[in-house]
Amino acid sequence: MSAQREPLLPYVVAWLVLMLLLGLSVLSAYLDIGIFHPIVNFGIAATQAAIIFIMFMRLRGRPSLKWVFAAAGFFWLLFLFGLSTVDYATRTGFPTQ
Amino acid sequence: MRSLQPEPQYATLEQQTETAQLGMWMFIATEVMFFGALVFTYFLYRTHYWEQFRLTAQDSKILLGSINQAILLTSSLTMVMAINFGKEGRQRLLVLLLLATALLGLCFLGVKGFENFEDYQSSTVPSVNFLLKSGYHPPTELFWVFYFIATGLHAVHLTIGIGLILVLVWLARRGRLSPNYYSPLEVVGLYWSFVDTVWVFLFAAIYPLGRAAT
Repeated sequence: MSAQREPLLPYVVAWLVLMLLLGLSVLSAYLDIGIFHPIVNFGIAATQAAIIFIMFMRLRGRPSLKWVFAAAGFFWLLFLFGLSTVDYATRTGFPTQ
Repeated sequence: MRSLQPEPQYATLEQQTETAQLGMWMFIATEVMFFGALVFTYFLYRTHYWEQFRLTAQDSKILLGSINQAILLTSSLTMVMAINFGKEGRQRLLVLLLLATALLGLCFLGVKGFENFEDYQSSTVPSVNFLLKSGYHPPTELFWVFYFIATGLHAVHLTIGIGLILVLVWLARRGRLSPNYYSPLEVVGLYWSFVDTVWVFLFAAIYPLGRAAT
């Protein structure tokens, strides 16, 4: 079987973008943006994660069952975050002082 | 090259490869929830002890954390290139890139070890030598508890990944990976890049919390 050679350039470009985002994340640490820090930091992290999932973990291409499996973890994570948030938001005496 | 047959329960090698990948994706889904619970705990304390977390995070070593993220992102690139070369039957490049990936993983652990030594020197290790600095309050220790548990669990995952890559090197050198069968490469590649993704989120949680002069 002769394998078709896949171009490597898209992966190198993805890597460059990831490094650029890392630079932005470090830069953001030294900006006085107050409560926006976690939004910016985790926003950048989520973008990086999406690039890694799509490019390096090969989710791009035709729709496949992999997409369902990949999304399932994050779907259940919503329940974990949602229900835990409701618990702590309605709990009295937390945090203890 | 000897002809490969799928395991009895599969119709084709392609089906076997796809099933193996789905198995790894399912494992990754469980890992998302495993680390997700840890990150939720972080959000909880970060929200309640906003200023204390921001203050103590300035003692984390952002340069070493950034170098480590660059190392891991690069290792994901070398891993995906190794998979491509494996698919194309370019064995020499496959082995070289797998070794490069494992070496980058070891570099990460080396930098992390040095960082932990520096953390120890700064008296930030809970239950070992944690010292409450002037102007800091007890919740700052919670930050370091999260730091050591999260980065420790990540390091365990990475060590397992390095072991798996060395197994791939062994398989490749014995001619057990070919354009006809490269499923182990794909599966370990998924795991490796996921561990990389975990670090991306841990980095965001630990290092860049606000270092501008206030």
